[in-house]
Amino acid sequence: MFSEDAIKELDIIRAKYPTARAALLPAIYVAQREFGWLSSDAYEAVADILGVPRAVARGVGTFYAMYKNAPAGRNVVQLCTNVSCMILGAEKLVDFLKNRYGLEPGGTTPDNRYSLVIMECIGACGTAPAMLVNDDFYENLTEKYIEEILEKYK
Amino acid sequence: MERVLLKNIENPGSADIGQYLKNGGYQSLPKALAMEPKEILEEVKKAGLRGRGGAGFPVAMKWTFASADPKFPKYLLCNADEGEPGTFKDRPILEKNPHLLIEGMTISGHALKAEYGYIYLRGEYPAARHILETAIAQAYEKGFLGDDILGKGIRFHLAVHQGAGAYICGEETALIESLEGDKGQPRIKPPFPVNVGVFSKPTVVNNVETLSNLPYILEIGGEAYSKIGSPDCPGPKIYCVSGHVEKPGVYELPMGTNLRDIIYTHCGGVKGGRQLKAVIPGGISTPVLPPDKIDCPMDFVNMPKNGSMLGSGAVIVMDESVCLVKVCYRALRFFEHESCGKCTPCREGTGWLRKILERIENGQGGEGDIDLLLSVSGNMMGKTFCPLGDGAASVVQNFIKHFRPEFEEHVRTGTCTVRGRS
Repeated sequence: MFSEDAIKELDIIRAKYPTARAALLPAIYVAQREFGWLSSDAYEAVADILGVPRAVARGVGTFYAMYKNAPAGRNVVQLCTNVSCMILGAEKLVDFLKNRYGLEPGGTTPDNRYSLVIMECIGACGTAPAMLVNDDFYENLTEKYIEEILEKYK
Repeated sequence: MERVLLKNIENPGSADIGQYLKNGGYQSLPKALAMEPKEILEEVKKAGLRGRGGAGFPVAMKWTFASADPKFPKYLLCNADEGEPGTFKDRPILEKNPHLLIEGMTISGHALKAEYGYIYLRGEYPAARHILETAIAQAYEKGFLGDDILGKGIRFHLAVHQGAGAYICGEETALIESLEGDKGQPRIKPPFPVNVGVFSKPTVVNNVETLSNLPYILEIGGEAYSKIGSPDCPGPKIYCVSGHVEKPGVYELPMGTNLRDIIYTHCGGVKGGRQLKAVIPGGISTPVLPPDKIDCPMDFVNMPKNGSMLGSGAVIVMDESVCLVKVCYRALRFFEHESCGKCTPCREGTGWLRKILERIENGQGGEGDIDLLLSVSGNMMGKTFCPLGDGAASVVQNFIKHFRPEFEEHVRTGTCTVRGRS
């Protein structure tokens, strides 16, 4: 079940649209924040509060790459390896994350501190290679800089 | 040229309404509200503004179709799902100049008699979401948005809708599906969104950069605007340059600036003075060009004649250290990941192309593999609802067209001499 604050937030979101269904994408974001990841229970809560079929909520939620359909670590490292980042060394950074932290693409460290997601262009090509950690952008990455950044995320 | 779209962005407070007002912002809005919607349309037509999302469709024509439809309410959607790899031109507007976009949308809303607008923002821009929401709240407070804008009895409401990581939602009908709370899968056209769009109502979808041109068009007039840059597609254009150049970044220049000048004059040339090997001029879906084809104006008219497209104006520069088989493979990995799965030729074709490229790249390519790539991509071309399938197929065709010996060498020797060298 959603918290009272989340229910209030969902009311505000719904008021932005002429249909309840249109609030589905933002509502899934709210559920992800509330429950940590999108379990069957989370999808049921979303579907029930908006009055959309449960299969629809789940179908839509699993279409998009940024919804967490499995439990993830406390901090999600989202590293871009698309062409502009790749030609400026992003793959070496993938190797570095593996060797230094044991972090594989799609994986999570045993202490649950970091998960790694490989991204398809995050719009930081002029300052490549680049990544997001949770909601924060980091650009012009090097191995040393990544170490400094990740140290900040507990 | 005086900067219009990226004006003032190096100023740390540029996203704030106070700064925007101080720099002459929101002065075109009262002017627009004093005009009849038809008169604004006429100015946009005179300006010759063409959509900056990639297709270059004449804006006045799209608007005229939506205006002529008798159904109400009408919707104005801003496509801020900037996902074409290599593209980062809208992000500075969204993060540093959000009021320019809001003013542009309010003017456009009046021109279209649209009362509701949404900014469809890609999920990967969380910072932009907060900045836009703050800016929208400020605009409401000052009476630039709402039920009675500047006391003129004109209504326009605006909200941000955040996507969740799907490249396909940059396609306008997929964007509409996603806004309605569905998977981002393109619709068949007709009906076109200008008649049956979001919530089944007439809908105009325009790119961030396109809508951000409106305040300036109203400020200087359509006639004067049409004199900037290329005569057939005038105006300022943001080029975003990445890869192996000395000074990558965003450059606002007159539309039609020569690609060679962008790379060598504005961006300081190839990094470290190395040899240029290839350029993707307009984002990864646009055909790659060899070095002898870069002497060409970057606009919607000349680039197609030169064998590529302007696309989003996202220039990716690659020097001699780059293995183009690998770049092509990485591009197809992207298309396979982003294919929405609706049309079989795209869903299956992108995967097959990726697999073949992967084995060539790994030194396991077979003798017929290059022809097989051409056969599969030829069978995808023109057989899908939206341009994603065509884009993927054309990437493969153009890499092979210009750089076939490199592919052949990979197949023949099972190794990559480029990588061996670097």
